[in-house]
Amino acid sequence: MHFGPHLLLAALEGLVTSAVLALTALGLSLVFGVMRVVNVAHGEFFMLGAVLAWAITTAIGGHPALGFLAALVIAPLIVGAIALIAERLVLRRLNYNPEATIVATIGMLYIIQQLALTFYGPEARPVEPPFNYRILLPWFGYSGYKLSIIAASALLLTATWLVLTRTRIGLIMRATQYDSETAQAFGIAVGRVYGGVFALGAMLAAIAAVLIVPISQAHYLMGQDPLLLSFIVVIIGGLGSLRGTVVAAVLIGLSDGIISMFFSPTLAKIIATLLVAMVLVFRPQGLFGTASR
Amino acid sequence: MSEASPAKAYALHLGVIALLFALSFLLPEYYHGLLARIMVLAVFAMGYNMLFGYVGLLSLGHAMFFGAGLYGAGLAVIQLGWNVPAAFAVGLGCGAVLALIIGLLALRTTGVAFMIVTMMFAQVFYLLILYFAVWTGGDQGQVVPQPARVLNFGATSLDLTNPTVRYMSALALFSLVLLVTLATVRSRYGRVLVAIRENEERTKMLGYDTFSNKLIAVVVSGAICAASGAAYALLFGYVGSSFASVQYSILPLLWVLLGGAATTLGPLIGTLFMYYVIDVTSGYTSAYLLIVGVALILLVLFFPKGILGTIRQRWLGWLP
Repeated sequence: MHFGPHLLLAALEGLVTSAVLALTALGLSLVFGVMRVVNVAHGEFFMLGAVLAWAITTAIGGHPALGFLAALVIAPLIVGAIALIAERLVLRRLNYNPEATIVATIGMLYIIQQLALTFYGPEARPVEPPFNYRILLPWFGYSGYKLSIIAASALLLTATWLVLTRTRIGLIMRATQYDSETAQAFGIAVGRVYGGVFALGAMLAAIAAVLIVPISQAHYLMGQDPLLLSFIVVIIGGLGSLRGTVVAAVLIGLSDGIISMFFSPTLAKIIATLLVAMVLVFRPQGLFGTASR
Repeated sequence: MSEASPAKAYALHLGVIALLFALSFLLPEYYHGLLARIMVLAVFAMGYNMLFGYVGLLSLGHAMFFGAGLYGAGLAVIQLGWNVPAAFAVGLGCGAVLALIIGLLALRTTGVAFMIVTMMFAQVFYLLILYFAVWTGGDQGQVVPQPARVLNFGATSLDLTNPTVRYMSALALFSLVLLVTLATVRSRYGRVLVAIRENEERTKMLGYDTFSNKLIAVVVSGAICAASGAAYALLFGYVGSSFASVQYSILPLLWVLLGGAATTLGPLIGTLFMYYVIDVTSGYTSAYLLIVGVALILLVLFFPKGILGTIRQRWLGWLP
């Protein structure tokens, strides 16, 4: 293959990564933006989504599309419920103190990971894609399912954006984000908003995982990379900014795809992590965000 | 708070050291080895406590300082063939220099950003170890050869692989760091650190240069953690990337939280207790991460001051 098609392939792979990453990072960004809580267990909600997708598709059987659609609905709901319980039992009692919640979510990370290892096991298990259709390009064939991931992610991101900007629920969320005390004074049940946002963030990660699991297998340690990449995306995009998150996800996904295609993936990760740490040190509002507070 | 009795505090600490010395002759072999390891790791926790407990800076990347000491000392022996004291000095130096660089960068941020930045630098450090696997041994790690782990004083030589020598070396390092910590936190400098923790703006207004005070604390903390890492490499003879992973940044946090942040003996108690719990439960389950997770959540929920912190608050106000 020549350099051009090779680059196109790398870019397509990068876009698939970006699509999944944008959803995952959006969940992290919403939780941080509205609640000011850094959820270190976010990657484990992602992993839980993938593992549940495997469990649901195996339980249902039949045509792969049937199980996949069921997983796409049920897995995020279960993950959202778990997140909601965790929020009620732990985070709320800590009054959302930033440092205490980080320690607590680290605890959740270990608990979820260990439970997944105990009940799901150390194997990586595949989930069949809902359809197998190859789109033939002049140079290579490309999986139609991967392209549909990009479409699905774009759809979900637009939907989230519409909810945030055009509906009453979105207005309440933005009011809480802007100033939770004043929001409370205007009769908004801030506690309930926090619970909802935490569950929503986890559900977005779970949806992203269900979408990706037919091409990358479910494994109990699969939450680590999405967590780090989501952190990177959220920081570069500016904490709590939806547009910045999407732009940064495309940027990181594409560069990750292209750099890993031509260089060592470890080196790509080292460079990306170092750059992001520097962004956080020298430009804490992110590359696209405006100065906060 | 602890104004009254410097003599009482020093007596308590010397008593603890004497007790650990006596235990060397009383403990059965298995616990003897375990306690040596715990003392070295308690030094790691004390280094962490220096920054987290006294300055109030929550770092999620201290594994890189432990790792710098571990690899600095380990590789100096394995790759360069240096002797034990030189290797220890290399490890200590690596940790201090790394801490200086990281401090200069990370201290520009505060709060949540500080935690994430330290975590990311530690991740870079971890990935670099994997990337340069040719020298570091990657995730397999490397064994520090036994013949190299000997301390020579002219004619006499001490074999660090001998259990008693190992225990005494660990105890010596532990005692030194414990007393240095105690002296530091009781000094003027220690009070400035606590003042920064309680109210940084006010401390600044009183005329203290908070940035350089914090920077010194980061370097001291990093150097102590590196000393622990270097000692670990030389005493237990294994250098591996898992010691630089995120998990080893979380563990000292857990030990310090459990024992009591900003107490001089808390790190030892926390490390000891956590090891004991894992040792006891390992008979029933291999799910030790589950215990770590549950312990972290229960601690922040119900016991934010830890064991010694609670004791100090309730009964013994003079406890340093």
